Amino acid sequence: MSKKVLDLLQEKFGAAILATHAQFGDDTAVIEPGSWRAVALFLRDDPRLGMNMFTDLCGVDYLNQRGEDEPRFEVVCHLRSLQYAHRIRIKSRIGDAEGETVEIDSLVPVWKGADWFERETFDLMGITFKGHPDLRRILMYPEFKGAPLRKDYPASKTQPLIPYREGTLDKLFPFGPDEGMAFGRQTHDYRNDRGES
Amino acid sequence: MGDLSNGRGGSSVHVIQPGDSGFATTRVDALLNWAKKYSLFQYPYVTACCAMEFMAMASPRFDMARFGAEAPRFSPRQADLLWVVGTISQRQAPALKRIYEQMADPKWVLAFGTCASCGGFYDNYTTLAGIDKVIPCDVYVPGCPPRPEAVIDGLLLLQDKIARGDRTPGIVKPRTDPLVMGPDGIELVQIGKKPVLDGGSEA
Repeated sequence: MSKKVLDLLQEKFGAAILATHAQFGDDTAVIEPGSWRAVALFLRDDPRLGMNMFTDLCGVDYLNQRGEDEPRFEVVCHLRSLQYAHRIRIKSRIGDAEGETVEIDSLVPVWKGADWFERETFDLMGITFKGHPDLRRILMYPEFKGAPLRKDYPASKTQPLIPYREGTLDKLFPFGPDEGMAFGRQTHDYRNDRGES
Repeated sequence: MGDLSNGRGGSSVHVIQPGDSGFATTRVDALLNWAKKYSLFQYPYVTACCAMEFMAMASPRFDMARFGAEAPRFSPRQADLLWVVGTISQRQAPALKRIYEQMADPKWVLAFGTCASCGGFYDNYTTLAGIDKVIPCDVYVPGCPPRPEAVIDGLLLLQDKIARGDRTPGIVKPRTDPLVMGPDGIELVQIGKKPVLDGGSEA
């Protein structure tokens, strides 16, 4: 049934649909980035499609998994029609190998629900959505540098907001006898304090 | 009523005249520590799934009130004991530090669960790897989440620490038991002796 959706898309946009495939009832269309919002508007407004529910949007980083000239990132969006009970996944491939200018049109003018999804993708993947009304970090703090879910972000790199404590931190074994609290219960013998036996 | 004397026959209490009408002498700091030990007002800083165990601890089945740690105070200015229950993210670390600084002395901190103790398996960009990076911590209770018995054990450890007048922050010592070869080629474990590192350099 929803193979029809892909047919309609290809009939309308032709060359802007770079690839399609359908598997297990899930249809995917890879869209040329320039037609991203036009395709979304068509999917929403065409009475035969009626994709009125925005389900999900995320980014994928294909660092070193694609060819040199291929775009590094992919934006994936899932849509559903509550009226016809069919759904579609649309993708678009963007970005260069350095990942400095990764831009695509925002879908917030089409579906308001895309707002926080695009902010999350911007926050964690560093993908800029042109036309988003309020594009700022949503999960990480504003002082955070970089996009932590990119494959070239160091896995163990943290960016603390306040300096860590000095002193016993990073202290290596062995500890002195008076440092820290030993395992198990200790009960103070006050007689030893006073020098009594 | 708790026992003012310590378990090893310590002499912080001298019973002058036993019986109902009797009296005993003790030292002021021992008395104060005893009072602090059984009147811990707690501030639950609860952020994650360990909260379920914290609720179990506070409710009648395990009943923290038995140990004097009964009343949760939702203002740090009225609390003695800060329970850090759950994962602390980097974004939350300044708030946690501020809460700790708002508490009045004397104050103690208990790290409830693996995440609060060391970050747990969240070894990533967003999680603080243990609250001791930000605030001094007295007792670490491991577990994901810890059993209520483990939490009670941690609370008793803390009470023991308070009774000793010990204010040093807790350090999680490495769990390396020294292996010593016995006469029959059996590895014996020497308890209470400092293990020797590789290379034999002992401080």
